[in-house]
Amino acid sequence: MDGVKKIHKIERLDHKIICDLIEPEARVLDLGCGDGDLLYHLAVERKAKVQGIELNEGAIYKCVEKGVSVFHGDIEVGLKGYPDKSFDYVLLNQSMQETKNVEFVIHEALRVGTKIIVGFPNFAYFKARFRIFFRGRVPITRSLPYHWYTTPNLHFLSIKDFQDYAHDKKLKVLKSFYLAHKKEMNFFPNMFALNAIFVLTNPT
Amino acid sequence: MSRTDQNNVGIVEPRFFTFAEAPDELTLESGEKLGPLTLAYETYGELNGDKTNAILILQAFSGDAHAAGYHEDDDKPGWWDNMIGPGKAFDTTKYFVICSNVIGGCKGSTGPASINPKTHKPYALDFPIITVSDMVNAQKHLIEHLGIEKLLCVTGGSMGGMQALQWVANFPEMVRCSIPIACTLKHSPQQIAFDEVGRQAVMSDPDWQEGHYYDSGRQPERGLSVARMIGHITYMSDQSMEAKFSRKLKTDNYSFSFKADFEVEGYLRSRGDNFVKRFDANSYLYITKAMDYFDLSEDKLFPKGTTVSTRFLVIAFKSDWLYPSYQSKEIVQQLRMRHVDVTYCEIKSTYGHDAFLLEIDEQTQLIKHFLHATYQQ
Repeated sequence: MDGVKKIHKIERLDHKIICDLIEPEARVLDLGCGDGDLLYHLAVERKAKVQGIELNEGAIYKCVEKGVSVFHGDIEVGLKGYPDKSFDYVLLNQSMQETKNVEFVIHEALRVGTKIIVGFPNFAYFKARFRIFFRGRVPITRSLPYHWYTTPNLHFLSIKDFQDYAHDKKLKVLKSFYLAHKKEMNFFPNMFALNAIFVLTNPT
Repeated sequence: MSRTDQNNVGIVEPRFFTFAEAPDELTLESGEKLGPLTLAYETYGELNGDKTNAILILQAFSGDAHAAGYHEDDDKPGWWDNMIGPGKAFDTTKYFVICSNVIGGCKGSTGPASINPKTHKPYALDFPIITVSDMVNAQKHLIEHLGIEKLLCVTGGSMGGMQALQWVANFPEMVRCSIPIACTLKHSPQQIAFDEVGRQAVMSDPDWQEGHYYDSGRQPERGLSVARMIGHITYMSDQSMEAKFSRKLKTDNYSFSFKADFEVEGYLRSRGDNFVKRFDANSYLYITKAMDYFDLSEDKLFPKGTTVSTRFLVIAFKSDWLYPSYQSKEIVQQLRMRHVDVTYCEIKSTYGHDAFLLEIDEQTQLIKHFLHATYQQ
């Protein structure tokens, strides 16, 4: 990592939570790593050995600028080449709901990672419910900020939906976090949380 | 860009290093021995005190040691001048940059046109078949001669990328990072096929004379020119040819003859004609053969049980159909299997295989930061 010492501050709550979760020097793969901000934090704060995968070419340059190793490609085609359990953590933070074949992506993530961390926007947030129920319109919220015609999201799910999924697929939920705008939200999270983060493993 | 531009390395001179004198000839991959060997090379920038800032630039097929700056009589700078110089991707204010001509070449290093010490005549086809590994083994002597134990970086495009991979395969402990660009782990049947057509064009020219044309006053110019024309087609893309030539005519109307009516025909003919003035036909045969033998697939890049700490930046180009990006992804897969630190980018470009010489901004952005991060480690 770049030897530049600067005062390091993590702005995003989800990044803070994930950073706190990860043990020092862990091996981390971030699927859909964007500009590499989270991986950069992990490398600086946790001395993690980080790798990202990202589809957007512009984001690749930003990762390389930060000294983050990144693969320019599509996570939908799988993680060919990585041996099983190559990573301590595979991250799918705000990227799972944008993939076509969610089950395959999660399956591959669990193949190459001991644990996976999934972060997604909660569709059952109360303001989203209001917007549908009273205004008859598709929700636009802080965590779902797009119009129906610009959204990159292909799947819409609530916290309960994801809990059901984990249960059905026999995935073990190790930890879960529910996020409001700037703090955690543990009061009826399926109603009041904007985002959720789950740490999962495949016990079989 | 003028010759006095602050952004280039200025006037440079080729240097020569001769080694592998009898009885210490270089043993080639084929088992044959070759020596003495001369390598033509150039350097730019200064080697630092602890000798940790050396970068070896590896030439593509028809390249040479003259990668940057100007020779005294040059109109145009070296072949990668826009990448090598003060403030550029390979920043010569920070790094010491070396480029050498490969063995088998015809730009000052020992090749088939060189004098065979046993016969005092050009080697011609008595020159042994060489491989990319032999090229790299020869370069290692040069690097040692320069007093460098560990290179910061080995890099190049096309055949230069193959050498950048071969360096890690042969001397992993000598390379801190490798940047193979627009290349492959192994030549595919399509790549071999294009090379074979080029070789057949040379060898079917009666002026080739089984390779012994040096003293005859005749060279296989037609054959070599046709080979080069084919090469140029494979270096471009459908899109770049459309942009450059479309169906534009050299004159107002069709000539209704086999003259070069279309600009693309004129371009290929002039490229072919220029090439024969600067390239030896036998070198064409030897170097293409070396590329065709190139195969570092499966465990050949890193033998089983070895650990590799070299970092990689692998670069491909979207419209490159001669070395398509799937081949670069295969390199990445090999690296992943061995837990090697790798970054991969497929740069959006319409230039085809030539993109590694033309997409300067994107490559600079990637390489500059990647090198800096490696250098700081």
